[in-house]
This record gives sequence, C-alpha cells and structure tokens, in this order.
Amino acid sequence: MISKKSQTFALNNWRSRETVGKLLELIASRTRFLKTPVKIMEVCGTHTMTLHRFGLKPLLKQVGVEMISGPGCPVCITPDYFHEAIIDLITSQSNLIVCTFGDMTRVPTPKGALQTVVPKKGSKLQIVYSPEEALELARENPEKEIIFFGAGFETTIPGITFTAKKAFQEKLSNFSLLTAFWLIPPALEAIINSQELAISGFIYPGHVSVIIGEKPYSFVAQKYGLPGAIAGFEPADVLLGIASVVKQLKDNKPEVDNVYKRVVRPEGNTQALTLMSEMLEEVDADWRGLGVIPRSGLQLKPVYAQFDARRRYGLKLLPGKITASGCRCGDVIKGLISPQECPLFARVCQPDNPKGPCMVSYEGACLIEYKYSSGAKR
Amino acid sequence: MKKVSLEMGSGGKLMRDFIAEKLLPTFSNSILNELHDSAFLPGDLAFTTDSYTVDPIFFPGGDIGTLCVNGTINDLVVSGARPEYLSLALIIEEGLEFELLEKILKSIKRTASLNSVRIVTGDTKVVPQGQGDKIFINTAGLGRILKKPRPEKIKPGDKLIVTGSIGEHGLAIMLARNDFRMFSGIKSDCAPLLFLLPLWEKGALWMRDITRGGLATVLSELTEKINYPLLVEEANIPMSSKLQGAVEILGIDPLYLACEGRALIVAPEDQAEHLLKIIKKHPLGKTAAIIGQVEDKIGKKGEALLRSISGGLRLLEPLTSELLPRIC
Amino acid sequence: MCLAIPGKVISLEGNGTGKVKYLGSTVLANFSLIPDLKVGDWVIVHAGFAISKLDQKEARRTLKLFKEMEKLSAIE
Repeated sequence: MISKKSQTFALNNWRSRETVGKLLELIASRTRFLKTPVKIMEVCGTHTMTLHRFGLKPLLKQVGVEMISGPGCPVCITPDYFHEAIIDLITSQSNLIVCTFGDMTRVPTPKGALQTVVPKKGSKLQIVYSPEEALELARENPEKEIIFFGAGFETTIPGITFTAKKAFQEKLSNFSLLTAFWLIPPALEAIINSQELAISGFIYPGHVSVIIGEKPYSFVAQKYGLPGAIAGFEPADVLLGIASVVKQLKDNKPEVDNVYKRVVRPEGNTQALTLMSEMLEEVDADWRGLGVIPRSGLQLKPVYAQFDARRRYGLKLLPGKITASGCRCGDVIKGLISPQECPLFARVCQPDNPKGPCMVSYEGACLIEYKYSSGAKR
Repeated sequence: MKKVSLEMGSGGKLMRDFIAEKLLPTFSNSILNELHDSAFLPGDLAFTTDSYTVDPIFFPGGDIGTLCVNGTINDLVVSGARPEYLSLALIIEEGLEFELLEKILKSIKRTASLNSVRIVTGDTKVVPQGQGDKIFINTAGLGRILKKPRPEKIKPGDKLIVTGSIGEHGLAIMLARNDFRMFSGIKSDCAPLLFLLPLWEKGALWMRDITRGGLATVLSELTEKINYPLLVEEANIPMSSKLQGAVEILGIDPLYLACEGRALIVAPEDQAEHLLKIIKKHPLGKTAAIIGQVEDKIGKKGEALLRSISGGLRLLEPLTSELLPRIC
Repeated sequence: MCLAIPGKVISLEGNGTGKVKYLGSTVLANFSLIPDLKVGDWVIVHAGFAISKLDQKEARRTLKLFKEMEKLSAIE
C-alpha cells in the first residue's frame, strides 16, 4: 500500500520483504539440522490468516517448515445447535434484536444460516464490531429484548463478559448473552493426546496469551516435551515464533518462548482474569470435531442466570446430526488432513455453498485454502 | 421452493452464475453475448443500463443521485464511448420527504451537466409505503464509440493501471450503515471517469470501472478475457492510510471493497508510463499507479496473483459473499 | 480469534472509554481491562476492548533484532 504512514509503520518493520527474508534464512539455518518438513501447528485462526494473506506458507515450505492449522477458529468449533437455537428464537419471537459478529451469521445449519433466515416481523439481526454495541442497543430500546450471540476464545471472552457485568450493575432487564466460550489450553491437550498427529511444535495465539499469560502452556513442554512459542500476528512475528520453535527442536530444549513480549506479559491481563473468575465458571464443552473436552468451556455463573440466554429462554443445546455427510471439518481442525483431502472440498463445498464451518469462517482452513492457494480446485 | 437470496444481487460469484445460467441463455443474441460493460450497437453506439438501490441514499461523498449518473457514465467510458444521453426512471416509496427528493434531483442535474450528458427520457412511479426502500433509480445511457476495447491485443508485459486509491465507496457505505464506533472521515470516491476517454486514442487496450466486488473481482474478470495470468504487487496498490487503518480494525480485505470512481486500465508495455502521466495530471487521477502486469513467467491462465508486501504470492478470487467485519 | 490492532490513545472519553487511532482511523474502545491508561499510550484493541498496553522498549528491542538478523544466522 502506497500511503506514506503505513510504509514507515508496517513495511519497514513487521511486514517488509527484507525482514521476512532474513527470518526465513534464520529458520533455514536451523531446519537443516532437522528432519524436514518440520510440522508446526498454528493454533489461532488469525495466524492462519497472516500466513495466507502474505503468502508465507509456500515460502516456509521452501525452508523445510509445514504449517498445520489447528482449532483456533471459534466459528469452526461452535456446534450447529447454537446457531439453530438462535435461528429458532429470531424466527419465532417478534421483539428481538440479535447482535453478533459477522462470520457467525453465515454458518450453514439444517435450519439455514442466521444471515439468510427471515426474522419474525419486529425482530432483526444486527452485525456488530464490539459487544458493547449490543449493550447500547439494550439501553436505547427498552421495549426490545437484546441477545448478544458470541463465540470466542480467551481474547474475546473478557469483553463479552464485561457487558454482562455492566448489564448487572445497571439492572438492565432486556439484555442477555448466548455464549460459546472456549478455552485453548484444554484443547491443546486434547489434540496432543489424540495421538493421531505428527506435530513437532506449536505457535501459541498471541492475543489469547495477552489474557492468560505464559504459564497455561507450560504443560505442553514439561509434560509432553513439545516446543512452542507465543507469537504476534505480523509476518515477522509469526516467523519469529517459528524460528524459536525450530531452535527448541534443534537444541532439544522444549519450552514456552514468548516472542511477543511487547504485548504479552508473563502473568497475562490480571484485570481480565479477575473479571472472568468473578462472572464465569468452567464447564465441559462439546467442540465440533474434537468432541467433549472436560473443563474446556466457560459459562455465566448461576447468580447471573438472567443474563444467560441459554437459561433465560430455556434453550435446548443438544448435539444433533452432522451438518453434511462426508464433511470432515473435525479432521481438518485437528490438523489430520489438509482441506484438499476432504472429499467435499471445492467439489460440493464452496464459499458460496459451504457445508461446514471451515468453509464459512474467514479464518477457516478450508475457505482460506480455497481463496488463497493457486490451482486449489481446477 | 427455491427463493431469490440477497447474495444473488451482491455482485459476486452467485450473481454472475445467475446471469450466466439463467439470463444469458434466455435472452441470447450476438450483441448481448459479447458481455461488455456496454452493448455495442450498429451506428457506432454504445448502450448500457444500471439500477441503483444504495442504502443509505445520502452518504459521505455523494448520494444516490450522483451515483446513478456517474455509474452509468462510467460504464460507457470504460467501453470506449463518450456518454451523451441518459434515461432516468424513478421508483419512489410513498412518504419520502420532498426535500430529500429535491436534493437527489439536484444531484442528478448537477452531475449530468458537469459531464455534458442530457437526460432525454424518463419515468416516475410511486409505490406504497413499505414496498420500496425510499427510492430506487434506473438509468440507461447512450454514447458514441470512440474506440472499442481490444482485449485480444493484450499480451505479457502489458501493464495494469489503477486510476486512484481503492475501496473508499464501499467503506463509506459500510460505515454509514453502522459506524462500529469508528471515526475515519472516509468519503465515497463516487466520480465520473470522463477524463479517461482520451486514453483510448493513446493506446489503452481495455478498461473496467471498479464497482461492487472491488479490485480483486475486476482482476478476476480480466483473467477470463485473456490467455495469461496477472501479477499484481501489493506494495503498489494505492490506498489511503485512513482506509488501511479502518479495514485492519474491522478485518476486511480492501481488495473487495467497492469503488465508484476508479478504473482498472490495461496499457501496452511501452505506453504505460505515458498513459499514467496523463491520468495523474487530472485531479481525480492523482493517486493513480501501475500495480502490476500481464504475466507469462509465473502462474497459470485464468489466475490473478498478488505478491504481498512480504514477498509471498497469493491467489485473488472474485468476491463470493458479502464483506463482513470479523474479530478473528 | 485474535484480530487486534496496535493503536495510540488520543483521548479519554470518561466512562472507561477512549479513542484509539490506528493508521488514520479512530475507534472508540473500552479501557476497563487496562487500568491507568493515558493519552499517548499505545494499546492493542480487540473487538472494541483494549486488552494490552504496548511495551515500547520491547518493541524497539525486537526491531533491533531484525537489523541484527544476519549475525544470528551466521552463528547457527
């Protein structure tokens, strides 16, 4: 991009060809001591996005690193029945405003997608950037019922939870959350334990780590001997993380290396963590593709039940049938297969006719593979 | 029963499939099948039409009035024709304030006059409240062909020029609907492209105005007309830093944001710099740039490739669905 | 799940919110998760919430590392 400001800020620092080139050389100088390709999992969908947006995956392959996309896509791992519950509400109740983030609305379910169902007269869907917009709508429209429908990991959980706290303090009677809150460390352990992978190390999500700090990942190095690095999201950040992981492999010294220190503190964000422990409790959670993982989810404590749409509306959130037979989103999320190996990929399942969340979410491995890889489907 | 979805009108793949599978076969004839931005009629005439349903009808940088004239003018310009006449059909929702209607009519008059285009025929309908979103407008345009586009002459080495910074109309509209608590001051780039007409006689081979679907969609459309891949350098794409900030906050790919006053031009290799100079002399072309070229060393026929700032390559696909902000 | 930008705090609006500027665009963000923010601080903003303050010393240290990258590769 030509604008001068962006040039000085981003180009010369975290995105430039020069910096990226140097980091690739550094990685190459380390992978030549290892059996290649070295398979590393990036857990976070935003990392997947960086890798594809800047065309880094082929460059990494050339220096002996193959990146596998993990389950870091909240839309991907939120089961259909959440969306179906909201669709039922918005098509049957007449004074609802359902607020949600953009790509939640496109997930296909047997009942359709939130974006394409027709709300009952008097209700509407509002796409927001911040959950606070939902809170504002509740204050401004006392005659309406506002539901914020949000899926997220630890990066997003504090912000959404904050709105419930505010609603509680302001005694709002027309605001609730339908939340699908997922925790990264238990999912990591479940993936490692599934014993079906050949992953040598991890790139940990930088902004999840902003909230939870460094310690929650230490079991990966200590208990399982796998290296990992906490990385940011510019191209140079991700490559720094990969460079660290291959160094840990080369030296056989697995650890949790924070290479995003300018933003991630070892103790995390104590304000956010305090808010979460005040308002939320751990629950077992059902991850699409990974199944039920004990204590891998969060929900509002019983004292805040009136702000939990699940309890407020008596929603039945029960596993149903799989969205489309042959859909292998679960295996893609586990890094077992690449999108191209799913029988539905590009033939039946395409961005304008997605069969599973991996083709819906902007960071879903399948959508990214479809959009960004040369010769993906022809 | 299958129903028409909003996505079918979004300018993306679904719409193009609908046109290809339903409309073209139904109305097939030698003129229509050429599928240029305008139809080329006997007597050196170019003929085009467009309908305008933009919401909101007033937005930073313009309104539905400026849009409905510029949009149709631009379709003629990029087809190599000088716009001369417009028809104007108004479908107005009962209850629209007269003051607003007058503002729109003034915009139409002003924009048409500025571009020496006359509105010579029209129609007015009023629909009951609730059956039309304030106002819909259709304009059809007639122009005289100066020189027809020659995509068959495009070869490796020929350059791709964008006439100005991208994405501003799309973002202005998005933020006018919901500002997401953002203050960016971004205005629509809605503007007439008449200043590009002289380029046809100076060697320009092909042009398309960048509208819904953004630059990436137009590049994809170009690959369907030629036998070579395209290679675009991300670092060369003109974009305002305001826009870059906004799209990175919201998580939107700016290459898919609509413009309404920008064109992609294919210029022969040896004339590209000269054509660029001419464009940049005009106030509306100050941020124009050569963004890439027709390739024969990298990529395959039908591919539009982007080399990122970091040096890696990625494939540009046409827009498949509505752009939405994301948090991930 | 982590889309966020590093922006500069340009004003405190009271009520635990403030304006953050990134590359020429400004967004209103909630500052309740980061106490004691001042105008001029740099923050990471995700979904309308500031979640971390940028440590400028660390940022400069990493940039210096990039400049010295060639030496690193040679040592390996």
